[in-house]
Amino acid sequence: MKLAFQHKYSAPKDSKGDSLGRVDGKPAKTQEGMAPGQSPAPTVGTPYVDNPRVICRNVNVHYNEKHALREVSLDIANHQVIAMIGPSGCGKSTFIRCLNRMNDTIEGCRVTGDILLDDQNIYAKQVDVVPLRAQVGMVFQKPNPFPKSIYDNVAYGPKIHGLAGNRAELDEIVETSLQKAGLWAEVKDRLTHSGTSLSGGQQQRLCIARTIAVGPEVILMDEPCSALDPIATGKIEELIDELRRQYTIVIVTHSMQQAARVSQRTAYFHLGDLIEVGKTEQIFTTPRHRLTQDYITGRFG
Amino acid sequence: MDTTQLKTIDIVKQGLERRYRAERRFRRMGLAAILISLAFLSFLFITIASKGYSAFVQTRIQLDIHFDPQIFTEGDIGAADYPRLVKASMAAMFPTVTGRTEKRQLYALISSGAAFQLRRMVLEDRALIGTRQSVWLPADDDVDMLVKGHLEWDGGRLTPAQVKWIEHLATQGQLEKKFNTTFFTAGDSREPELAGIWGAVSGSFFTLIVTLLLSFPIGVATAIYMQEFAPRNRWTDLIEVNINNLAAVPSIVFGLLGLAVFLNAFGLPRSAPLVGGLVLSLMTLPTIIIASRAALQAVPPSIRDAALSVGASKMQMIVHHVLPLALPGILTGTIIGMARALGETAPLLMIGMVAFIVDIPSGFLDPATALPVQIFLWADSPERAFVELTSAATLALLVFLIVMNGLAVLLRKKFERRW
Ligand SMILES: Nc1ncnc2c1ncn2[C@@H]1O[C@H](COP(=O)(O)OP(=O)(O)O)[C@@H](O)[C@H]1O
Ligand SMILES: [Mg+2]
Repeated sequence: MKLAFQHKYSAPKDSKGDSLGRVDGKPAKTQEGMAPGQSPAPTVGTPYVDNPRVICRNVNVHYNEKHALREVSLDIANHQVIAMIGPSGCGKSTFIRCLNRMNDTIEGCRVTGDILLDDQNIYAKQVDVVPLRAQVGMVFQKPNPFPKSIYDNVAYGPKIHGLAGNRAELDEIVETSLQKAGLWAEVKDRLTHSGTSLSGGQQQRLCIARTIAVGPEVILMDEPCSALDPIATGKIEELIDELRRQYTIVIVTHSMQQAARVSQRTAYFHLGDLIEVGKTEQIFTTPRHRLTQDYITGRFG
Repeated sequence: MDTTQLKTIDIVKQGLERRYRAERRFRRMGLAAILISLAFLSFLFITIASKGYSAFVQTRIQLDIHFDPQIFTEGDIGAADYPRLVKASMAAMFPTVTGRTEKRQLYALISSGAAFQLRRMVLEDRALIGTRQSVWLPADDDVDMLVKGHLEWDGGRLTPAQVKWIEHLATQGQLEKKFNTTFFTAGDSREPELAGIWGAVSGSFFTLIVTLLLSFPIGVATAIYMQEFAPRNRWTDLIEVNINNLAAVPSIVFGLLGLAVFLNAFGLPRSAPLVGGLVLSLMTLPTIIIASRAALQAVPPSIRDAALSVGASKMQMIVHHVLPLALPGILTGTIIGMARALGETAPLLMIGMVAFIVDIPSGFLDPATALPVQIFLWADSPERAFVELTSAATLALLVFLIVMNGLAVLLRKKFERRW
């Protein structure tokens, strides 16, 4: 089964695709600086990996008439952090919201192409989004704890999925989740306080704990630090590095330093196109595409 | 060339005074608007209260009643001739009054309700028979008006002899203004001194219960469906426009609808709180739907995202997170709708809740009237004493409305949460 997919998706789709992404990671040389509105720019670098956790092929997203994401093909490696960078409005959020089908909630949003998790196309008709979202958790840009107690915030996911048989098990899940999120020491004496009474950084870690509590395999983070101060940001970054051992993480970030610090691979988006993907050091030291180079050297962004 | 070039700060300062003047003008206008509306409001309250407060006391006359065993001889003591007891007592008090016309005028000082009060006393306690009791009985409304100073002392409807008797009773200490319990416990009556608002309050209560039970669940369910589930297309737009239109339809139209549908087509009983409640539900539903939708829409999308992203189903997201946050707004809208329904008169006129009903309704199918309709009825009555009853009933209605709106504020405070 696995092989079949490897085969299917490593096979050339057209004569031009042959020279593009390959499982062996041979990059293709392309012309530089595709103008928007024309055919999508082919991705430079190594979009494909061995044993990927999530496989995206030819993903297109439309918001009504607006073509927000064009022909994105990308593998997300297991137990790695992949960072999505690019100027505002280039489709980073749009892309990661495809991975847990949060785009379903947006009226007029249409996703085509294949996204495979465990050899299952998550956009197939029979797929239920509820278990999918338990498997692919998400942390948002603005901390959004429920206006409930800290305990209830973390316990909510396990409760609705029936992950705990009794109160003691639930307590256990809440505690370990808060510990993994590095928040336990700070809140263990006030679990009944409202989640909204915490500071911004604590709220964001609470949201991470809430996500972890469900036991996801992939965690999506959409600019999780953009509303936080540098100290809180540092804590979250440490946390992400810690979480990588257990989870596959996709993080969108505006800060290139952050991408460099926390991620192993980096993908650069530009106006709805996936321009370049590669190992983080390589992207930041020797970008292949001129747009990537312009962006990381700060010529625009 | 331009040597007197101004710096930015100077230009800003030049305009500053003008900006502040505009602000001061706006504030003064706002303050004036508030003061004017407060003045009108207090004028309303003061006129109603000053006209109505006297209805809370009632003139009563103390009579020495001998429960003569002779008139209770026939088996059924409920059917005894109680008016005779009153008349005998009055006659004993004024032995000089002899002529038939004069006697009739004397007896007219006491309300016809006095006999009913004695009957109630005897039915409660048979041991009274054969005893002598001093009893405070309601005076006739003309006497009441005279005592309260609403009639000239030369009497108006009262003869000079009657006025003299009243003065005599007053000097004897046998005529007093006492708290008017009748007003709060009785149903309607042709006699102002026997009329009360309890019948109308009960009618309003049963009507509003029906309205609440129907319009709250249906309204909230509709709002949730339309806001959270229904696709946005031409049909839902059409429905939305129609709901907004319904909120603006004059209430009497709902009364006509109720008359045609509930009474004529379904054959439900006239004057029943059930029908009143159905009609008022139609009227209240749009208000509740619109308020609930606004409340649901105001719940921040980040909370929805949070719930969905941990794998809540849509229904779980709504029930666990959106609805609790929208509840204050929904409840406020509901209570405001109910308050409007409580004050509504016109549609109830169409379905026969305007009838003269003495009995206190005890269920949803009993003939009943409602508080605002009672006010309408009394305002239409010719007796002078009904004027103060009208004002007093209006006061009662206003108190109910203030309590309901206060409740809305309280609920909103209690459930309000920050995010
Ligand atoms: N809900 C939406 N409806 C319509 N257009 C949208 C919506 N969300 C995003 N877009 C458009 O899609 C493009 C990509 O947006 P987004 O993925 O949010 O960018 P990024 O996260 O990289 O800043 C932008 O041009 C934006 O205007
Ligand atoms: Mg974004």
